[in-house]
Amino acid sequence: MAQTMQFDLVSPERSLASQQASAVLIPGAEGDMTAMPQHAPTITTLRPGVLKVESPEGNSEYLVTGGFAEIAGDSLSVLAERAIPMNELTREQLDALIEEAREMYKTAKEEDQPHGLVEDAAKLLADMEALGTHMAI
Amino acid sequence: MPNLKDLKNRIASVKSTRKITKAMQMVAAAKLRRAQEAAEESRPYAKRFNAVMAGLAASVGGSDTAPKLLRGTGSDQVQLLVVMTAERGLCGGFNSNIAKLARQKAHELKAAGKTVKILTVGKKGRDALKRDFGDDFIGHVDLSEVKRVGYANAQEIAKGILTRFDAGEFDVATIFYAEFVNVVTQIPTAQQIIPASFEAAEGDGASALYDYEPSEEQILADLLPRGVATQIFSALLENGASEQGARMSAMDNATRNAGEMIDKLTIEFNRSRQAVITNELIEIISGAEAL
Repeated sequence: MAQTMQFDLVSPERSLASQQASAVLIPGAEGDMTAMPQHAPTITTLRPGVLKVESPEGNSEYLVTGGFAEIAGDSLSVLAERAIPMNELTREQLDALIEEAREMYKTAKEEDQPHGLVEDAAKLLADMEALGTHMAI
Repeated sequence: MPNLKDLKNRIASVKSTRKITKAMQMVAAAKLRRAQEAAEESRPYAKRFNAVMAGLAASVGGSDTAPKLLRGTGSDQVQLLVVMTAERGLCGGFNSNIAKLARQKAHELKAAGKTVKILTVGKKGRDALKRDFGDDFIGHVDLSEVKRVGYANAQEIAKGILTRFDAGEFDVATIFYAEFVNVVTQIPTAQQIIPASFEAAEGDGASALYDYEPSEEQILADLLPRGVATQIFSALLENGASEQGARMSAMDNATRNAGEMIDKLTIEFNRSRQAVITNELIEIISGAEAL
């Protein structure tokens, strides 16, 4: 039985990780899920949250906002709109992200945009704030 | 015969021009490397994204419930041309090639009785198209303050386009940019982004194997706007690399031309200097003979 799978984390601007992983916790849009080798092929969208990677070489965590994950048996690709390694993340950065989400919510509400953008922005804001308290940095 | 002083001045001025073009070439070379790296780093994302989207689009695309971004509005009457060019000139035919392609397309569409709307990204494209299509402009995105193009910039542009699309301002959107092949070759390219088109998936069966969470339609609706941003982002990066490449080769040519010019002027300068000396000698000799 395969013990590890190929894990790729890419953002539009760069590729953050490409390694072997034994389990990855994905903050999916409909709840967290852990993908392990031989997981059924799945595509899920992401909500802002923490992505936890367990691998033989050690664990790592990333903050991701939006995007999707593609699980295909022995490989897992996460395409995040923005991804920051947890150990590089500072309080200021997070505050900036929250501020951005708040701003987006405000403009979305004012302009009364379609696409369910208002709800999206509200959800994003709530997620971001929850994330901030969760990490307690 | 030009006098010596003038020639000397001209040589000096061409020399300083050569220094400037040489410096610009070196700056462009350094920037090109960075732009190329950025373009390469964005490629895995775009590639995977397109692969997934192609799968999704293939499985949902045919149905009537498919999102409007994929299906289109059912008409192609109003066409939006997004012309992406550089903020700066002095990069050979880079800007004018893109503008030329866009102009050609706009004329074609107009001849076919379509309505053309133009959104420009980058100052040079706006300047080039202002004369012919000034009335069709619906907006301009200024990136002159942006040092390094980020995904956020692409999102901003995409958001503007999507808002217009939702408001029913146009049916089809096409972006114009230059694809980077190498330093001497950049191909002006037109790519349709709305309704979205993705390269054919490798076998429709592959997409059916996946579980989707949430449903396929929802994922597609969520991802399509991102797809627009992703395509614009790759176009921006390609454009960035192309611009620097074009500037580099243009400045290389300019430097070489300046060198040739200096050689020619120097020869002319030496000849006239000698002519002056010869003249003086003749005058002295004929003066002495007359005595």
